Amino acid sequence: MGLYFRYLSILFKSQMQYRTSFWLLTVGQFLVPLSLFAGLYFLFERFGEIKGWDFYEVALCFAVIHMAFAISECFGRGFDSFSSLVQHGGFDRVLVRPRSTVVQVLGSQFEFTRFGRLLQSVLVLVWALNHLTIEWNVVKIITLCLMIISGVSIFAGIFILAATLCFWTIQGLEVVNIFTDGGREMAQYPLNIYQKWVARFFTFVIPFGTVNYLPLMYILDKSGGNELLYMATPLAGIVFILPCLLVWKFGVRHYRSTGS
Amino acid sequence: MKPYSSVLKLRLLNGMQYRSAALAGVATQFFWGFMYIMIFEAFYSSVIDNPPISLEELVVYLWLQQSFLAFIMLWFRDNELFDLITTGNIAYELCRPCGIYGYWYAKLLAQRLSSAFLRSFPILLVAFLLPEPYRMSLPPSFITFVLFLITLILGLFILVAISMFIYISVFITLSPVGSLLVFGVIGEFFAGLVIPIPLMPSWLKEIAYMLPFRLTADFPFRVYSGHIPQSDALVGIVLQLVWLLVLVLLGRYALKKALQKVVVQGG
Repeated sequence: MGLYFRYLSILFKSQMQYRTSFWLLTVGQFLVPLSLFAGLYFLFERFGEIKGWDFYEVALCFAVIHMAFAISECFGRGFDSFSSLVQHGGFDRVLVRPRSTVVQVLGSQFEFTRFGRLLQSVLVLVWALNHLTIEWNVVKIITLCLMIISGVSIFAGIFILAATLCFWTIQGLEVVNIFTDGGREMAQYPLNIYQKWVARFFTFVIPFGTVNYLPLMYILDKSGGNELLYMATPLAGIVFILPCLLVWKFGVRHYRSTGS
Repeated sequence: MKPYSSVLKLRLLNGMQYRSAALAGVATQFFWGFMYIMIFEAFYSSVIDNPPISLEELVVYLWLQQSFLAFIMLWFRDNELFDLITTGNIAYELCRPCGIYGYWYAKLLAQRLSSAFLRSFPILLVAFLLPEPYRMSLPPSFITFVLFLITLILGLFILVAISMFIYISVFITLSPVGSLLVFGVIGEFFAGLVIPIPLMPSWLKEIAYMLPFRLTADFPFRVYSGHIPQSDALVGIVLQLVWLLVLVLLGRYALKKALQKVVVQGG
């Protein structure tokens, strides 16, 4: 852990070297979800509701998934840009050091500019919660926190899986975007607005449904009965990272250097 | 004109090499296309009286967006150009016996063209065969189709002219990511990529109509579906030409200014 924070402080200093660009990027990162959120707002202004969900409920959905995405992009950036590490042979250096590969790759990159993104989603979260009438209790607050953790762990899991693929393909794969950007975009709305097969895929294969849709039904008292089940779903998302780490271990063992 | 056209040709051939990357791109675009259509389908299922654009027209709009993504995305980047500026190799570019604006313009144009050639046809082909309500439909008449082609190409020229400003801004910031992002977000929003322009509230629509971004995407796509009548399309074409002229002139001027400040440090 100490090592990781050393990595962070070095990266922070290096990123602050290009100050104009750093601030532009932070502002930009604030603007990206803002423009998406503005789009959402204008659509609701025109249509009123989407399959029984009103604007603030969807805004909550939006805030949770974007917070999770921003946090995991901050930390998981090393895995996201892993292909260049493999291509240039930098991973060989990582391997000869007597530290865990996961920590080193995590520490190889950190996007401080993603705080812009995080800030935007926190604002949306506060705004949405202010307008929703929810009877809060401790369990609901825990569920909300778990939702975000669950999201972070799913995105991190996907980053790791994608990075593991690089061991074989050397290059990063564009298709992975379907699961990161696409998953995020998809989970901005409650999953039941999509066709059944889409909703099922993103619940049982890649459990984005456990980040916001299912637990939100509990928080908003839409679950009808099975409260415990809906409340516990974020745990499934958190567990998602475990097989991903296993796959990573497997990949590291099969790694062959590109030799450059 | 000769050096520019050969740059264009060379880059086109170069870009065509990445066929598997294009295939992956096609898969991704399909995912996005389906997702957006499903979202709008869900929105349209809550009844509102006469929506500003019908769901069928919107489906066409969304598929065209996905298939011509390379024509309309601002974040499409040429790292080579960025590297030239940040590493100082720009000095070599200055030695070339042709104008740097035209040279880069041709290069960027070719990149987008080659990328679109590989991606747009497979996407459109499959989109025509999809079941309702996802199916892409033909334009209402042949003349509409011709108008669509003209507006699409002019739109591409405008987009490349806009993206030149991103490269020019790197002379000042020395790192491309920031300006790329800010330009990208604002440009894409006002091009109708986040929310189709007909669905925007009227005050926002007015802002979008004043900016050039919508001429690159929203305008040609609505010409295709017939949402913009032919007579309005002709007025739009004139507007496109005027914007193109203004942007190119401004771009050349800004590039000249930026280059005057460049100090080549030998080596």
